[in-house]
Amino acid sequence: MNYLELLKLAAPEVALVVAALAVLAIGLANDRARGTPLFVALLGITAAAICFLFLPAHANPFGGPLVLSPLNRLFGIVCLSLTFATLLLTHGEHALMHRAEYIAIILFATIGLLLLVSSEELLTIFIGLELLGLSLYVMTAFDKNSLYSAEAALKYFLFGSTASAFTLFGISLIYGISGSTELSRIATGLNGTAPLLAAGVVMTLVGFAFKIAAAPFHLWAPDAYEGAPVTSGAFIASASKVASFVVLGKIVLTAFGALHGSAGWHALVGGWSPLLAVLAAFSILLGNFVALAQRDVRRLLAYSAVAHSGYALLGLVAGNRDGFSATLFYIIIYAITLLGAFGVCSAVLHETGGTQLANFAGLRTRSPLLSGCMAVFMLSLAGLPPLAGFFGKFYLFSAALRAAPNHGLLWLVAIALFGSLISLYYYLVVLRAIFVDQASVAAAAPLHISGDWVRSATVLVLAAAVLVFGVTPTPLLARIIAALT
Amino acid sequence: MIAWTIYLTFAGAVLALLVPRRLCRWIALLTCVLDLIGSVEAFFQSKAGAFTTIIDAQWIAALGMHYHLAADGVSLTLCLVTAITALSAVLFSWNVRERANEFYFWLLLVVAGSYGVFLSADLFLLFLFYELVIIPKYFLIAIFGSTNKEYGAMKLTLYSFFGGVLVFIGILAAYAASNSLDLNQLSHFEFSLALQRWAFPLLFLGFAVLAGIWPLHTWAPTGHVAAPTAGSMLLAGIVMKLGAYGALRVAMNIFPQGFFMWRNVIAVLAVIGIVYAAAVALRQRDLKFVIGYSSVSHMGFILLGFAAANALGVSGAVLQMFSHGVIGALLFAVAGTMIYRRTHTRDLEALSALNLSRTLPFAAVTFVIASAASMGIPGFSGFAAEITILIGVWKAYPLAAWVTGAGMVLVAAFTLRALKQSFFGERAGEAEPREPLARFDPITFPEKLGAVVLMFSTIAVGVYPRLLLDRIEPAVRAMRFLQ
Repeated sequence: MNYLELLKLAAPEVALVVAALAVLAIGLANDRARGTPLFVALLGITAAAICFLFLPAHANPFGGPLVLSPLNRLFGIVCLSLTFATLLLTHGEHALMHRAEYIAIILFATIGLLLLVSSEELLTIFIGLELLGLSLYVMTAFDKNSLYSAEAALKYFLFGSTASAFTLFGISLIYGISGSTELSRIATGLNGTAPLLAAGVVMTLVGFAFKIAAAPFHLWAPDAYEGAPVTSGAFIASASKVASFVVLGKIVLTAFGALHGSAGWHALVGGWSPLLAVLAAFSILLGNFVALAQRDVRRLLAYSAVAHSGYALLGLVAGNRDGFSATLFYIIIYAITLLGAFGVCSAVLHETGGTQLANFAGLRTRSPLLSGCMAVFMLSLAGLPPLAGFFGKFYLFSAALRAAPNHGLLWLVAIALFGSLISLYYYLVVLRAIFVDQASVAAAAPLHISGDWVRSATVLVLAAAVLVFGVTPTPLLARIIAALT
Repeated sequence: MIAWTIYLTFAGAVLALLVPRRLCRWIALLTCVLDLIGSVEAFFQSKAGAFTTIIDAQWIAALGMHYHLAADGVSLTLCLVTAITALSAVLFSWNVRERANEFYFWLLLVVAGSYGVFLSADLFLLFLFYELVIIPKYFLIAIFGSTNKEYGAMKLTLYSFFGGVLVFIGILAAYAASNSLDLNQLSHFEFSLALQRWAFPLLFLGFAVLAGIWPLHTWAPTGHVAAPTAGSMLLAGIVMKLGAYGALRVAMNIFPQGFFMWRNVIAVLAVIGIVYAAAVALRQRDLKFVIGYSSVSHMGFILLGFAAANALGVSGAVLQMFSHGVIGALLFAVAGTMIYRRTHTRDLEALSALNLSRTLPFAAVTFVIASAASMGIPGFSGFAAEITILIGVWKAYPLAAWVTGAGMVLVAAFTLRALKQSFFGERAGEAEPREPLARFDPITFPEKLGAVVLMFSTIAVGVYPRLLLDRIEPAVRAMRFLQ
């Protein structure tokens, strides 16, 4: 194995690095450049995606750090597409200073995403997590005129670095017991039930629970979603979450496969699945109940994100291939939906100065297009047909119910369904503000949201995707299932 | 052919949203007329007997979901009542001006989803259409409604979704156990008794929430009152039938043993619902609340017919679905459009001072006919349906038949009270009015047309119930829980 070959296999990452450096150089030359850095970044993303298509389907040159497999390739492309849409949304962010730097940081974060989804070795995964995390902290703090942005970034950073410390400690314990950091070797190396092993598993999972904002490790999320620039929030909620779920799934299903345990009612067996089940139940209940009290749409989306992480964990609790593919399908749909919702929030924020419910009042008359798209996103999050969220929930819950014998996971499914009943209320509150309420005097000043056409078109495409994947989920579903076999 | 009602109505909904405002009501009318033609044609063409497949295509192969539509006498009867109610609902909302495009969009979505539920033969598809109807109802009420509309809309939506959650669990349980979603296959699958014992009540109750089962009926009066006229007509005429149909087609058909374990409970709840709602209706001051509670009472008959678990009771229940759909829609049309839009009050005391029988004679005649049909006077569909149900119930639960028979007196009492106070108030007997009566706009042609369509349906079925029963009964006899 020579370096040239490595460079070839890591072509997508290389393309992104080149693009990021080019964007930085453009920014250095002309700090006010608007279109060019974005264009170069989009070019880089496209090049990376094309590289994925030409890479061999299976390769594992070093036993872990860089693995090419259908699953990794699929999610590499998914993460790149989500980043692509996020970048398009930055076009509408008028207040952004040092735009080129911002875009370069998004690209660095994307390299972190690709490392995460394409490595099957704990140390590289940790590097990916850190690269992604550090980029996200900066992106959160990027609104330099806003105190909230700084506060959110500080909170995010403090919680995040603590969680990283946990993960690293967990990894070291796992390494100590199994003698390897490679996922498939850990699986064979782990046996017995040493208390240290339990500590290692729990600590590793804590780090990921933080990343996916599962309660009680979610405290950073509401501030980050609300205080960060809208596109940073969108990125945290979409691409970063998808990659984290892919890695979490791989770790628990491959490396910790033997320690599954059982979360079934009356059939509890110690392992990571009861742990994730408790996290899921807690996230669903807390996220949904607290979201009821929110008046700011971005904060509301943050708490609902906690709940959705809880739903998505159900598939991992099920612990089989069916469950994992359900989780992956759900989280992709969730990412598309949230990206779109943040796009609408960004339009409202720029035209009315906030994302409180009052700012959304009467949006219907001001922008029928964005209102219709927001309805699609909210109803898909609530899980109503014919949108993709409905099928996602059906698949997820049926996978969970079929996995355990004797309907053992019915308790968890019932909690999840009860949670989605609660969630319908607050999603409808948002839609009521848009479609039923009249615009208040304070927010009525701009009568028409013309907005940025790139942003509007992106939001429209995302809404169309949510509708299309709801009516015909097969194109996406079949690819996920094929990648997992 | 009948499958086209679904596509046509969805297309009509989208079109109504996009065309210029003055055209959208014509689009809606055209859609509903074509639907009615299709439904009538399919109804009379249908052969008696089993659930016949119309189309069956692979949909989501990985999970075994099919796009599978089928029809039998029961579903075609319900398509017919959907078409009739939808047409008259459009006629009665001919004067909607504000946000008309959206209005017809949401209205046609409710109708399209309902056709979908009645024709689905795949459990996932049925549930998809069933949940699809929830949100249009919310917007129809929250945007276009009246009294306390946002509260009523939210309550109705959350109740519907709650029912949907119970149904969801039931469907998942059936799916996990049998690995199939096809209704025909599921109805021949032997589910374990333990599963049926807990899954049947969830599934049945989930659907029955929408059918207004006591004590989960409270969304119905509030929702009906808050809704615009067309909304109330759709709720009473179509949406409540979705629940009853789901309970019959899904819950009872795939978990027959579970049904027999729980039918006593269903019978008790149904009888309480009939008598309780009638008693509450007797005390209401708002005309729409009276009709709202009367809907709950009439829907109780359907559940009671199911609980009888014999061909007569269940056929009567299906006939009652048709009958109540038409009569309920007619009552709400009179109360909402003919009276409230003109007088701006639904308070019975206030109405009784207006002497409406003189100023709005057509409305008075319509309301008399609707009330007579609602009370179960022979010659109207209500009588045919309720007497069939009671004969069926007599065989299974004689006591329930007695109590219900007594309850029908209450129905007659509150209907007559509402009729007297709203149209034949204290000044009806005056030969020469002492002071001039308030003038109201005359009843318009579309309103007359809508009322005539509904009145014709209830009288035609009342005079010759065999028209529907000949197709309902074989379909009911083919159902598995009667074997």
